[in-house]
Amino acid sequence: MYYSVSGFLNQRLLTGRGTLLSPTIPVGSIVISLCGLTVLAAESAVPSRAHQPPRVAEDCPRWKEPRIHVPLSRLRCEGRPVKTRVSRVACPQAGGAAGWRRDGAARPAHLARAAGGSGGSRLWGAAAGLRGRRLRGGQLPAGRAGPGRAEGAAPPGAGRRPRMAAAAAASPSRELTQNPLQKTWEPYDNGLPAGHSAQRGVCMTNCPTLIVMVGLPARGKTYISKKLTRYLNWIGVPTKEFNVGQYRRDLVKKYKSFEFFLPDNEEGLKIRKQCALAALNDVRQYLSEENGHVAVFDATNTTRERRETIYKFGEENGYKQVKLGSPDYVDCSNDEATEDFMKRIECYKNSYETLDETLDKDLSYIKIMDVGRSYLVNRVMDHIQSRIVYYLMNIHVTPRSIYLCRHGESELNLKGRIGGDPGLSVRGKEFAKSLAQFINEQNIKDLKVWTSQMKRTIQTAEALGVPYEQWKVLNEIDAGVCEEMTYEEIQENYPLEFALRDQDKYRYRYPKGESYEDLVQRLEPVIMELERQENVLVICHQAVMRCLLAYFLDKPAEQLPYLKCPLHTVLKLTPVAYGCKVESIFLNVEAVNTHRDKPENVGVDRSREEALRTVPNHL
Amino acid sequence: MRVPEDCADFISPEPAFLLESEFPGTNVGRRGRWTRKLCMTNCPTLIVMVGLPARGKTYISKKLTRYLNWIGVPTKEFNVGQYRRDLVKKYKSFEFFLPDNEEGLKIRKQCALAALNDVRQYLSEENGHVAVFDATNTTRERRETIYKFGEENGYKTFFVESVCVDPEVIAANIVQVKLGSPDYVDCSNDEATEDFMKRIECYKNSYETLDETLDKDLSYIKIMDVGRSYLVNRVMDHIQSRIVYYLMNIHVTPRSIYLCRHGESELNLKGRIGGDPGLSVRGKEFAKSLAQFINEQNIKDLKVWTSQMKRTIQTAEALGVPYEQWKVLNEIDAGVCEEMTYEEIQENYPLEFALRDQDKYRYRYPKGESYEDLVQRLEPVIMELERQENVLVICHQAVMRCLLAYFLDKPAEQLPYLKCPLHTVLKLTPVAYGCKVESIFLNVEAVNTHRDKPENVGVDRSREEALRTVPNHL
Repeated sequence: MYYSVSGFLNQRLLTGRGTLLSPTIPVGSIVISLCGLTVLAAESAVPSRAHQPPRVAEDCPRWKEPRIHVPLSRLRCEGRPVKTRVSRVACPQAGGAAGWRRDGAARPAHLARAAGGSGGSRLWGAAAGLRGRRLRGGQLPAGRAGPGRAEGAAPPGAGRRPRMAAAAAASPSRELTQNPLQKTWEPYDNGLPAGHSAQRGVCMTNCPTLIVMVGLPARGKTYISKKLTRYLNWIGVPTKEFNVGQYRRDLVKKYKSFEFFLPDNEEGLKIRKQCALAALNDVRQYLSEENGHVAVFDATNTTRERRETIYKFGEENGYKQVKLGSPDYVDCSNDEATEDFMKRIECYKNSYETLDETLDKDLSYIKIMDVGRSYLVNRVMDHIQSRIVYYLMNIHVTPRSIYLCRHGESELNLKGRIGGDPGLSVRGKEFAKSLAQFINEQNIKDLKVWTSQMKRTIQTAEALGVPYEQWKVLNEIDAGVCEEMTYEEIQENYPLEFALRDQDKYRYRYPKGESYEDLVQRLEPVIMELERQENVLVICHQAVMRCLLAYFLDKPAEQLPYLKCPLHTVLKLTPVAYGCKVESIFLNVEAVNTHRDKPENVGVDRSREEALRTVPNHL
Repeated sequence: MRVPEDCADFISPEPAFLLESEFPGTNVGRRGRWTRKLCMTNCPTLIVMVGLPARGKTYISKKLTRYLNWIGVPTKEFNVGQYRRDLVKKYKSFEFFLPDNEEGLKIRKQCALAALNDVRQYLSEENGHVAVFDATNTTRERRETIYKFGEENGYKTFFVESVCVDPEVIAANIVQVKLGSPDYVDCSNDEATEDFMKRIECYKNSYETLDETLDKDLSYIKIMDVGRSYLVNRVMDHIQSRIVYYLMNIHVTPRSIYLCRHGESELNLKGRIGGDPGLSVRGKEFAKSLAQFINEQNIKDLKVWTSQMKRTIQTAEALGVPYEQWKVLNEIDAGVCEEMTYEEIQENYPLEFALRDQDKYRYRYPKGESYEDLVQRLEPVIMELERQENVLVICHQAVMRCLLAYFLDKPAEQLPYLKCPLHTVLKLTPVAYGCKVESIFLNVEAVNTHRDKPENVGVDRSREEALRTVPNHL
């Protein structure tokens, strides 16, 4: 069994962008190097028209990493188009290709526990997905970056040796190398990433989880599904929602009336069953082949028989399951709540069997009563499951608004410098006053104000004349060695870092600093608390605001670091139906622009001018 | 939090660290109209345990108290049984608890009242945030009384009920904690068990469990069969949802947690703090010894966690087993003092150095972190440690101190001075209400990195006084 390189690299090579190849590598080799990325450097893999002459990037000490050259001929299986991320490629010549073999035994025990069949091996993908999910688009080394990169390689030729032995035998030659993108230490074995036992971050769950919604129509199942999906995706667990109703709507273009849902409408029954099966099939596809980690199966599932079917389906595929029931979710607003809809509910009511404490005692489930008045939680087994319970317990449906803004313009903003802990500029102070006026005019009930622990947000909040709370976790992203530098200085001093950041801004970690990914983890308690609260004004920072905004607007990781959060502008977020309404209010105080778009050229060999093309104007 | 509205405005020209130690050791100054921390709850919380004897109420109370204190919420536990023991010096037999023993009833009521009085004192006068009221509270009437008491005083009341029908669990609990109770010092184990079973019977007839319908207006969590399932009702605020989350994550399966630091690093040798160095020769040797030690211990399903720093990963690599890297396990960020020796810190930042000695727990390095920050950062680790079974955590001095303080219930003042030497594994095994600690030195020499609090912590002390407790180094 072989793992191919990520599609991203193939694509990059094909487009000839940002390749990092040493001229010393013979044609027909595979170079394993740099950020733990695998770079194909062979004509046979890459059409020559697209293959630019290799460029040197060895002037930087960071690149001095172990490399290994593997004749490409032994990896012929790569010939077919490579899927995105770490994808399994069936290979007939399984014996060859040193270094690419990943033996099952070298898997961490808690991962190896995954169910048999494809479950066991795909698990790595899932783990990779944990971090890699958001970059599914394929432009970035998603899969390779996460813990899933672990499959990189066991020692060459390692057979199915026991885990301990395999690793112990390997250890003498294992060396740590720092990944230039994420600044993490990774074991290399004879120059190959040997991360089979290293896993960054915590494994949330041992095998994919299938969440099954249970409840009558209009009980807020879809609301919970969507919200949960958004939350899990944001914290980095690849999650997808499968709404059976949507399948039905796609199949039966025109909905006539509630009669479709009558228990004795045979055609209706048939169609509904068909839809459920189609959805389950897609669930399988997602969890077993597309590296999904959690699937939310959103349908009524009101009969024990139906739930039994799904449970078996899950068991066969090795998924853990959690049932979420919301039998009495009465307050849910539903635009369809017409008479017809009420009748439709009646159709289900007769056959509705709620999750029962005794009958269903072996299932993992959460029963939510009366919009979260109370919860019955049964057999919570996993980290992810208890996280879900915690999250559900914190969300509420009381109407409210969340106001997000940045501090007023700071002294360092004026100079085009990032980070630091400066005070407000004159215009920044003016903004603080305007903000006070704006907040007064909005006349918000019980508004809470949160700031970071940095001077500029506290100064801004001070002008409001209302109580506020300081959160250290709301502090701006830590730019490490680049703190208080201008982009020009960063380009000057760390051109390579600057390019790497442009290549994958979400995952890139500043030397001795943080990445956006780190930031999202750090902000999780803020999101949890925001979910609990009602009206809140968060005075924060550009990167922090992007992360928070991405949560509310469900933006993927590749867009997150480029969300526009200008100074002196308040974003008012109001939850509506399944999403969030955004109003952007510019408070009419001029400020410098601090938004730097992704430049076209993100290669490490780009010119200074190309690197700085998108830098906003400053003093 | 009960905030004095007239608290001083926050406009401070001083650096943040001055604020931190403005009122060392007290809570004054931390709750103005600005709060440096998230307000966990607006009014104090009274947690009321409910359940028959030997259902783990005291276990939960103590554990919860320890957790809340550690995350920085001042919490105290009030065990009514203890009040009884203080009042009635000599325990005779279960007859004391018979529902028709009037004298017994009177004494027990008196104890409950005394405990409630102390709760009021603690929450209303001593700045306590959470009080855990540990008694059986098995009748609705009694709970009503307590609820009213809370209402009158402006406390939020949260009930935690432990229901358990498994006779084995109950028996195990009796053996583990009740036989060692002062009530039974003079009896044989069998006598004690028998008496205790009868004591349980005394409560059984009048036991009214928290009911989905009758008690639907109360905030409560009902824990069934040591965590098989939970019923959670009307969770009102942050602190309650935190408590629920915590209770859902703890378990009672026997296990051990192994804590150690990375092997000796290149910077340890030089007496420099922080940085991201590799292991010294002796450090690598320790890594090998650690591998051997772990093998010998023969631990079932051991998980190994490291930070994302080179020295812990290098140490874990030698074990040859899978491990997980946590960024939150990284060493305390010493900010501008990273990679400095103590001598250099004294040289360059004598004021900072003295302030740190004054209140090491709260002191935050310029552009860095404090121990207090570290505890907040480590909270998810503790939560996950509670969920897991056998775990080896390879971490750093300050991080290990924080983790250790949680398990050993050490207060904030002692936390930054806990001894966590290099090349020594601490094996923590939960027993009864606490944790047993074994310290295993793996016989590989290492430098000492522990710097005790010097006698003189004034900002005007001499260089020599400041450096008196610095351990030897190259």
